[in-house]
Amino acid sequence: MNKTWNNKAWFLVLPAFIVVAFSAIIPLMTVVNYSVQDTFGNNEFFWAGTEWFKEILDSDRFWSSLGRNLMFSFIILVIEIPLGIFIALNMPRRGIGVPICLVTMAMPLLVPWNVVGTIWQLLCRSDIGLLGYALARIGIQFSYASDPLHAWITVVAMDVWHWTSLVVLLSYAGLVSIPDAYYQAARIDGASRLSVFRYIQLPKMKRVLLIAFLLRFMDSFMIYTEPFVATGGGPGTSTTFLSIDLVKMAIGQFDLGPAAAMSLIYFLIILLLSWIFYTVMTSSDAET
Amino acid sequence: MDFSWMAWTLPTALFFATMIAFLLGMAVWEYVSPGGAPRIGILRFETTRGDRLFLSLLGSAYIHIAWLGFVNLDLWWATALSLIYAYCVFRLV
Repeated sequence: MNKTWNNKAWFLVLPAFIVVAFSAIIPLMTVVNYSVQDTFGNNEFFWAGTEWFKEILDSDRFWSSLGRNLMFSFIILVIEIPLGIFIALNMPRRGIGVPICLVTMAMPLLVPWNVVGTIWQLLCRSDIGLLGYALARIGIQFSYASDPLHAWITVVAMDVWHWTSLVVLLSYAGLVSIPDAYYQAARIDGASRLSVFRYIQLPKMKRVLLIAFLLRFMDSFMIYTEPFVATGGGPGTSTTFLSIDLVKMAIGQFDLGPAAAMSLIYFLIILLLSWIFYTVMTSSDAET
Repeated sequence: MDFSWMAWTLPTALFFATMIAFLLGMAVWEYVSPGGAPRIGILRFETTRGDRLFLSLLGSAYIHIAWLGFVNLDLWWATALSLIYAYCVFRLV
C-alpha cells in the first residue's frame, strides 16, 4: 500500500517548537556558552575552553554525587517496584473498596515536593517528630542531621512514601485490564497463585511496569527538592545528589562555568538513559 | 534586543550553526526522500535516519567527554574519531 506523505503537517508543530525554543533551547544554548567561559558577574565573560569539563571529570565531588544518585535510584527502584506490585495485587477489584483504595493511593502524589520534605523532616525529629520521638522512646536515637545512615533512611523512606503510589496505580491499571477469561483458564488448569502471577499478571503488566520503571528512575535521578528540604544534602555531603551539588555550585558558589559543564554532563547522562529506556519500551511494544 | 546575557562566543556559535545545518539538511533529505529510510541494523531494532543522526551526535558527545576526562591528546582526535563513529552508525545501525 502506498502511503501519502505530506510534510506540510510539520508547520503544525511550529507553535510547540516556539514554546520549547524559549523554555529549553535558548537556556540550553546559554548553558553551553557558560560552560566554556568564566565570569565574575557584571555580564563579563572570559574564555576558558574545555577547562571546566576537565575539572569536573577530574573531581571526586562529581563522581561521588553521581555514585550517590545512582545508588539512590537503585535502592528506591528495588523497593518501590516490588512493593507497588504487591500492593496492587492485594487491592480490591470491585466494590466500595476500589474508590477508597484509589483515592488513598493517589493522595501522596498530590503533596508538593517541598511539603513532603518538610513533613519528613518534622516527622523524624527526635524532640517533636512522631517517628523520631517514638524511636527515641524504644532506645533508638534517630538523627538524620548527624548520622549519614539515618539521613539515607529518611530520604529513601520519604521517596518510597511519596512515589510508591504511582507504581501501585500503574500496576493496578495493568491488572484490571486483564480479561477474566485468563483467570478462568488458569483456574481450570489448576494454576497456583504464583503461576497466575508469573504467567498471566506479570506479562500483562510488562508495559505499565516499564513506564513506572522509566518514570521512577528518571525522577529519582533528577531528585532535588525533597532531600534538599529534609537533609539539605547532609550530614556532610552524604545525601548530596547531582542536582543538589549542581545548585550549590551554580548559586551557592556562583561557579557558573563549572556548574554549566557539570549540567551538560548530567544532561548527556539523562539523554542516554532516556534513549535506552525509550528504545527498550518501543522495542517491547513492537514485539507484543 | 540585548543577548549579551547569553554570552555568545564564536566557537559555540559555530557549534550551534553546525547543529542547525544538520537539522536543515535532514529536513531537506526528508522532503526529497520521505519516510526516514527505516531499517534494522546491527543493534537489531528499527532505526530511521533521524535516529541514526541522534545516535551519532550523542555518541560523539560521549567520545569528546571521555577524551577530555581520560585522554591527554588534542581534542581534534576525538572529533576525527566521532566522524568515523558517525559514518559507522549511518552505514551499520
